[in-house]
Amino acid sequence: MAKITYIEHDGTAHTVEVADGLSVMEGAVNNNVPGIDADCGGSCACATCHVYVDAAWQHLTGVKNESEASMISFANGVEANSRLSCQIPVSAALDGLVVRMPAGQH
Amino acid sequence: MSEAGIVIAGAGHAGGAAAAALRQFGWKGAITLIGDEPLLPYQRPPLSKAWLKGEATAESLALRPERFYTQQNIDVRLSSSVASIDRADHAVCLTDGTVVRYEKLILALGARARRLGLPGFELDGVLELRTAADADRLKAAIGPGRRIAIVGGGYIGLEAAASARALGAEAFVMERETRLLARVASPPLSDFFAAAHRAHGVAVFTGAQVVGLAGRSHVSGVQLADGSVLACDVALIGVGAVPNEEIAAASGLECSNGVVVDGQARTSDGDVFAVGDLTNRPLALYGRRGRLESVPNALEQARQAASAITGRPASAAEVPWFWSDQYDIKLQIAGMPFDVAALVVRGDPASGAFAVFHLDAAGCVQCVESVNTPDAFMGGRQLIMKRKPVDAAALRDLSFTMKDLAA
Repeated sequence: MAKITYIEHDGTAHTVEVADGLSVMEGAVNNNVPGIDADCGGSCACATCHVYVDAAWQHLTGVKNESEASMISFANGVEANSRLSCQIPVSAALDGLVVRMPAGQH
Repeated sequence: MSEAGIVIAGAGHAGGAAAAALRQFGWKGAITLIGDEPLLPYQRPPLSKAWLKGEATAESLALRPERFYTQQNIDVRLSSSVASIDRADHAVCLTDGTVVRYEKLILALGARARRLGLPGFELDGVLELRTAADADRLKAAIGPGRRIAIVGGGYIGLEAAASARALGAEAFVMERETRLLARVASPPLSDFFAAAHRAHGVAVFTGAQVVGLAGRSHVSGVQLADGSVLACDVALIGVGAVPNEEIAAASGLECSNGVVVDGQARTSDGDVFAVGDLTNRPLALYGRRGRLESVPNALEQARQAASAITGRPASAAEVPWFWSDQYDIKLQIAGMPFDVAALVVRGDPASGAFAVFHLDAAGCVQCVESVNTPDAFMGGRQLIMKRKPVDAAALRDLSFTMKDLAA
């Protein structure tokens, strides 16, 4: 279980508890956090679950595989700390994680 | 009598997404979600893949957990279907006689498997694949040593063939057209998938005219026009889908191969919306209308309806897209192949990673089919949106990145 804070582009924060084994994307979808649509349901096929991972957490959220890196390089507002949240598995180590959403992701 | 609020008829991907989008966009009134299956809204794409192979759970299949509907105050009525719509009274009548009133109605009734009506198609062991219950029946019928006949070489059939092979079953695919995926993919892609399935031990027959299924009470074979019979233990029929538009048509809503909607998912009645596989919708980028059977379409229209109802500005039309996973092949398609003047293949199909770009006469990308090349999918999607002519030679040249080409 991890407490994760999702911050919308306008600054609205949503803090929810997410069970181990789910992805950071599923944590948002299960709690109706706006801004993470995840059209493909987590197959790394759509890039609609783009988030920025706060610097303090980057080393704990793993690294992008080739497919994720390729998909995300075309997303709007891509930064060095951009990730597809469907590719970040949740565990207790991520308790307190903060991710921010880009503009224009619904 | 409770407030009428919004009634969503159909609790599939589109209906479930509409309920969630309404709450996300600030709708505070009642939401009633009515579905004829016993399950909360779930993802259908994994049914032919992870679910069939036993790699998914009911929990992972669900769009959202049960508590979501309680927390969001969404009244979900499962195993319940709408029998008729009374638009004058703003009410729907359920098959058990219950009348549910609405302020706005969202129809999300989906599509059902097309039936061929040929001899033997009513036999036991003749299956289709639209619902979790269908998938469970299929899963129980395939396994090592079993032989599955797949009638129809479309995405559902091919995904099921791949899963059947993964489960150790024998599989053969009968396609009436001269190539697989004839209605939905380009010839290079058809060739690639035929080769991939054959390499995985699937017998692929094209130009095969199935005239019936053989068997006493349970299917035992597929009969072809030339008189031959191919033995099987189970047959999966995947020959397309038809929209569940009957009750909409009976209520006088305009229908034409689906419920006719505008770019905000509005039907010919301003208080009735329709979303998902059910609809005949504008394809704004192509100046046409059509029916799309895809999850992204369901989600886009769910957002359109929720935006219109909550007074949110309409979003720009999205590029339609689709995906399919078979074996280690990740297919992503963006756009639709209308008015195609030229096909450009980028990368070598033999390498297992390539993309087919469909260009119109002006050289604009209309559609891209990408196989294990997510950059071509994402770059192609941007090119489709931009409507800027591209140089075919540059597109073919792998020394230019998709990032450069799409810039």
